[in-house]
Amino acid sequence: MEKITKDHAALAEAFIQNEEHVDWHDGALWWIRQKRDIASKKIPEWEALREAASQIKNNVLSNLHDYLLQFEANATRNGIKVHWAADAEEHNAIVYSILKEKDIRQLVKSKSMLTEECHLNEYLIERGVDVINSDLGEYIQQLDNEPPSHIVLPCIHKRKEEIGALFHEHLGTEKGVSDPTLLTRVARKHLRNVFVTRRAALTGVNFAVAETGEYVVCTNEGNADMGAHLSDVQIASMGLEKIVPQKKHLAVFLRLLARSATGQPITIYSSHFKRPREGQEMHLILVDYGRSRQLGRPAFRDSLKCIRCGACMNTCPVYRKSGGLSYHNTISGPIGAILAPNLDMKKHADLPFASTLCGSCSNVCPVKINIHDQLYEWRQVIVREGYAANTKVFGMKAMAWTLSSPTSYARMGKAGRWVLNNIPFAVNNKLNPWFKQREMPDGRKGSFDEWYAKNNDQTEEADEH
Amino acid sequence: MHVGLFIPCYVNQFYPQAAIASLQLLRKLGVKVTFPPKQTCCGQPMANSGFEHLTQECNDLFLQNFSRFDYIVAPSASCVLHVKQHLHSTVDPALAEGVRSKVYELVEFLTDVLNVENLNARFPYKVGIHQSCHGLRGLGLAQMSELNAPSFSKPVQLLNMVEGLELVSLDRPDECCGFGGTFCVAEEAVSVKMGKDRITDHTKNGAEYITSVDLSCLMHLEGIIQRKKNAVKVVHIAEILNSTW
Repeated sequence: MEKITKDHAALAEAFIQNEEHVDWHDGALWWIRQKRDIASKKIPEWEALREAASQIKNNVLSNLHDYLLQFEANATRNGIKVHWAADAEEHNAIVYSILKEKDIRQLVKSKSMLTEECHLNEYLIERGVDVINSDLGEYIQQLDNEPPSHIVLPCIHKRKEEIGALFHEHLGTEKGVSDPTLLTRVARKHLRNVFVTRRAALTGVNFAVAETGEYVVCTNEGNADMGAHLSDVQIASMGLEKIVPQKKHLAVFLRLLARSATGQPITIYSSHFKRPREGQEMHLILVDYGRSRQLGRPAFRDSLKCIRCGACMNTCPVYRKSGGLSYHNTISGPIGAILAPNLDMKKHADLPFASTLCGSCSNVCPVKINIHDQLYEWRQVIVREGYAANTKVFGMKAMAWTLSSPTSYARMGKAGRWVLNNIPFAVNNKLNPWFKQREMPDGRKGSFDEWYAKNNDQTEEADEH
Repeated sequence: MHVGLFIPCYVNQFYPQAAIASLQLLRKLGVKVTFPPKQTCCGQPMANSGFEHLTQECNDLFLQNFSRFDYIVAPSASCVLHVKQHLHSTVDPALAEGVRSKVYELVEFLTDVLNVENLNARFPYKVGIHQSCHGLRGLGLAQMSELNAPSFSKPVQLLNMVEGLELVSLDRPDECCGFGGTFCVAEEAVSVKMGKDRITDHTKNGAEYITSVDLSCLMHLEGIIQRKKNAVKVVHIAEILNSTW
């Protein structure tokens, strides 16, 4: 499942084969980007809110150690059992040990990108624990045995007809039925049964408040609440960076999160969990998994400000045309491309290059992460660390050599244009990726150098004015 | 005021008409312009591919060519942005800093330095503006659609002075065309799809010409247009602003 045989460019090319599907995917995400624009422009102080959120997160990252200890102390006082996990393996082992102690073999999960990152489902299933994702999109992805393609809209790459076929296969709906309301009702009925029978529920965490030791989970479906309220054992998994200092800071983040994500004024459920019900056990796992390493990289530290709204994916033209799965990482799109190399630079060396550096991502980011600048910086790091293909290294060295000397440059420029004009098939072939779907530029006009040398005698006169 | 005309490598080689238009336009506006002959490239293709460490010689050459001028002007937002952000010198950092602060993209030089209020130009066609990302989000030539901030556009300000020109409005006014430097070959499929979709936005809204402050975007779009034998044409903004037909 983890094996990658193709890079982003190849996976994207495969996705683009069905152009009508790509147009639909692009349109669906662009529609959400537009909803985000409308919602953000209804708030005059939008840009000030983004700045406030960015500064709060800067403060958190600069004082993370203290806030985490404060949060742990307050959460423990509230009756939450706090665990620390250095990596995915430790996190998964903690979840399993909690379940094992109670002899629980079934777990209902609401959306948690962190547990996707940790591949918790696979880990538990291997050990005989049945896991059901209760978020509708995640549930659909699980039925199809596919990871989520988007952090907020896990199955945005699937059309309702594909989902209808999946439901027919797995849930016994009639063949050809693709009405979203009907399909949702069927999923709901199945999930209702899951909720009622599961003794343990796991949720992600959107925000954890250091001051009070509570945590906040935002969903639109109420599935996190349904799972948590019916469970004997409630587990929350959170990345270290999810801390906010005080409860009042939620006023900034909750206003930004849903507007940025889907254009809603607020998520339908913003649930605060503070202490276990009587007879219930509540666990919270603080997970590092590369975050402290990223915190120590000055150029990339800001990526930890991310609140997982997905706005950068919706606005990214590369994401919209290539689909989330082409990023072969749990967190896809621009933010995924700056987070992933921290986890495994070799495996994700292609991702920072899956961008035109257009900068739209940084502009929609509610916490003002300079995503496109970090993509540029990752490219430098990846090349420096030796993860660029040899052919590219050679080509770039040749280019640098040519361009460092005006004489060699003029010669090459002339030679290039001569080739274009006289032996066009040398470049107009399938080995040249430019030419595959594009004509080469016209080299017949001569260069500006040549024109200037010929014509400047008369034009230079203007210099005297 | 003495301006050094910076003509990016690919413009020099493939789009001399845009360079000529830039030179003529500046001189028409009474500016003393010189084209230092020994220029090559700003180093952006290497830097954006992760090889910024190979660009020092390009940087040194740029400083040699341009540090003597009051302003450096180029008909390319992308190259100007690269120079503004990444021109460094190991021997004279202050010199590089000074040069970085006097590099201008042609349009912003006309609106912000020369304060041009009218142009004796005529271009009787329907024109769509392709906002280059580096011009828009890097140099701030116009307001970005993502931000909740007052709108403005320096290219529109100038194009509105051109007689007979009709601007068409687009469904997605500032979406990237997919050129992206080496991205256009490394991610060929995505790049071309992005370009195709941009062209469609222009043609379905009636554009006869697509113009931009960046020829790199236009070179990519033109390649697709010609392959598809589409009727729409590309033209650099300098050529429109300098046109008299």
